Amino acid sequence: MSVTTLPPLALAHRQPSWLVRLFDYKPFLVVMCLAPAIGLLAVFLTYPLGLGIWLAFTDTTIGRKGDFVGFENFQYLLTDSLWWNAVFYSVVYTGIATFGKFALGFWLALLLNNHFPFKSLLRAIILLPWIVPTVLSALAFWWIYDPQFSIISYLLVDVLHVRSTNIDFLGSPWPARFSLIAANIWRGIPFVAISLLAGLQTISPSLYEAAMLDGASAWQRFRYITFPMMMPILAIVMTFSIIFTFTDFQLVYAITRGGPGNSTHLLATLAFQRGIAGGELGEGAAIAVSMIPFLVFATLFSYFGLARRKWQQGESND
Amino acid sequence: MTDTVAQPSVADAKAAPDTMAWDSGLRRLMMIYLPLGCFVLILLFPFYWMAITSFKPNAELMNYKEHNPFWITSPTLAHIKHLLFDTAYPRWLWTTMLVAVGSTTLSLIASTLAAYAIERLRFRGSPYVGLGIYLAYLVPPSILFIPLATVVVQFGLFDSPMALILVYPTFLVPFCTWLLIGYFKSIPYELEECALVDGATRLQILRRITLPLAVPGLISAGIFSFTLSWNEFIYALAFIQSGANKTVPVAILTELVTGDVYQWGALMAGSLLGSLPVAIFYSLFVDYYVSSLTGAVKE
Repeated sequence: MSVTTLPPLALAHRQPSWLVRLFDYKPFLVVMCLAPAIGLLAVFLTYPLGLGIWLAFTDTTIGRKGDFVGFENFQYLLTDSLWWNAVFYSVVYTGIATFGKFALGFWLALLLNNHFPFKSLLRAIILLPWIVPTVLSALAFWWIYDPQFSIISYLLVDVLHVRSTNIDFLGSPWPARFSLIAANIWRGIPFVAISLLAGLQTISPSLYEAAMLDGASAWQRFRYITFPMMMPILAIVMTFSIIFTFTDFQLVYAITRGGPGNSTHLLATLAFQRGIAGGELGEGAAIAVSMIPFLVFATLFSYFGLARRKWQQGESND
Repeated sequence: MTDTVAQPSVADAKAAPDTMAWDSGLRRLMMIYLPLGCFVLILLFPFYWMAITSFKPNAELMNYKEHNPFWITSPTLAHIKHLLFDTAYPRWLWTTMLVAVGSTTLSLIASTLAAYAIERLRFRGSPYVGLGIYLAYLVPPSILFIPLATVVVQFGLFDSPMALILVYPTFLVPFCTWLLIGYFKSIPYELEECALVDGATRLQILRRITLPLAVPGLISAGIFSFTLSWNEFIYALAFIQSGANKTVPVAILTELVTGDVYQWGALMAGSLLGSLPVAIFYSLFVDYYVSSLTGAVKE
C-alpha cells in the first residue's frame, strides 16, 4: 500500500517552491506562528505595563508630556485620605466578597454534585449571571437598590412587615459598601461553583466508599477527603478570583461611581477618576501601580497558602 | 471487620424501612432541593426583574400600592420602541458586534498559531513561552487602561472601534492559547507523525489534521472570546468618546443615564436587549462554555 501512495507524494516533495520549503523550516515556522500572539501582547500589554510604571513617576497630564518627578506621586498618595479610603475599601471588598463567593459557591457545587433530574439545565441556568455583561446586571442591581422603589424594601415593608421604612441602600457609606459586596458575590458565585464542581467530579468515588466502610461521618468525609482533594483547584480559582475582585471596576462604576462621599471608591475607580476623567495621567497611573504590591501579595498568599499541602507532599498527588 | 460495620445498617433497614425512606426523602428535600431552589431564585431574580421592568408602563413602575410589582397588568413595548427608534441603540449594538467579532477572529488566529507552535513544534524554551503567555492573563485591565490610553492616542486610534479590536486580544489571547494548548494535547501525536512520514509539510498538517480535530476547542475559545469582548467595559469606557462609537454596556451607562430621574424602563430594556445576544449564544453552546471554563481552570 505504501508503494502506491509514495510516488505522487515523493514527487511533490522533491520540487516544492522555496516558499513551501521556508515554511517547513522549523525555526522560521516557530517564529511565524508566535509572531502574532507575542506581537499583540508585547505592544498592548508588556509595553503599556512598563509605560504605566514610568508614568507613575512623572507628572503627565492629558495633552502634556510630563517630567520625571521621582516618588512625588506616591508621597502624595500616602498623605491622601481618599487613597487610604480606597485601599481600605478594596481590601474589605475583596476579603468579604471572596469569602462569600467561595463559601456559597462551594456549597452550590456540593449541591450540584448530587444526582437529580434536569441537572445539566440547572447548571446552565446557574452560569447565567456570569455570562451576562456585568454592567448590565449591575444596572439591574442599581434598580433593585433604588431608594424609593426597591423591590427588597417593598418585600420587607409591605409584604413581610419586618421594617417600617425603606432601606437606604446606596445613600450612606456602609450600606452602600455592603450592597456592592452583595452584588459582587451574586456575580461571582456561578464561576466559583462551576469550576469547583469540575474539581469535585474528578474525585474518585472509591475514596468515599473506603471512608464509609471505615465509618466516617459526612462531615469527616468532607473534611478529610473532599477538602484536601480540592485544594489545588481551590488555590487556582481563588487566586484568579482575588486578582479580579481587587481590581474590580465595572460594578462600582455602574452602581455608585464611588459615592456616597467617595466612600465606595476602589483603587481602580479612583485611578479612573483621577487619571482619565480628571486628566492627571501620572497620578492615575501611580494609583494603578499601587495595586501591584497588593496583587502580588494576595496571589502568593492564596497560591502558596492553599497549595502548600501539595508541595509538601511532592508532585506525585497531582 | 466488614461484618461489624455492615450489621447495624442491615438491622436498621429491617426495623423501619418505611420511616427510613420517608426520612431520607425529606432529608433530601431539606438538604438539597430547598437550598438549590433558593440559589436559583436569587441568581435569577435580577434577570426576572430586568425583564419585567422593561415591559412595564411607567405608571405601574412607580406605583407599588395599586399594582403588584411582581407582575405586569398592562405590558407595553414603549420602552423598547423608545430605545430602538429614539436613541442610537441599533448603532451601539452594531459597533459592539463588530468589535466582538473582530477581536475574536484576531485572537483566535493568533492563539491557534501560538498554541500550535508551543504544543506541537516543541522548540527549546517552549514551556517558558507558554508560561509567559499565561502570566499575561494575570495582568488585570484596571492596571493597564491608563498607559494603554496613551498608547492608543499615539497610534491615532483614539475614539475608534479599531482600538478595541486591537486591545481586547490582550486578555483573549492568553486565555485562548491555554485552552487550545489543552486541546492540542488531547490529539494523538501519532496522527501528525503519519502525515510527516507521508511527506506533508507542517502547515498542511496544521490545516488538514490538527485544526479539524481541534474544532470543539476552537468553538469553545471562539464563543468565550466573543462573550468576554461583548462584556468588556473599562477599555471601551476609556478609549471611546463619541456617542456613536460606544459599545452597548458603555453607552447604556453614559448615554441613557441622564438627569436626576432615571428612566428605569428604558434602562432595563437596554440591559435586556444588550444581554440577549450573549444569552442566546450561550444557550446554543452551553456545553462548550462549561468545558472551556473548567478546562481553562484545570490547565
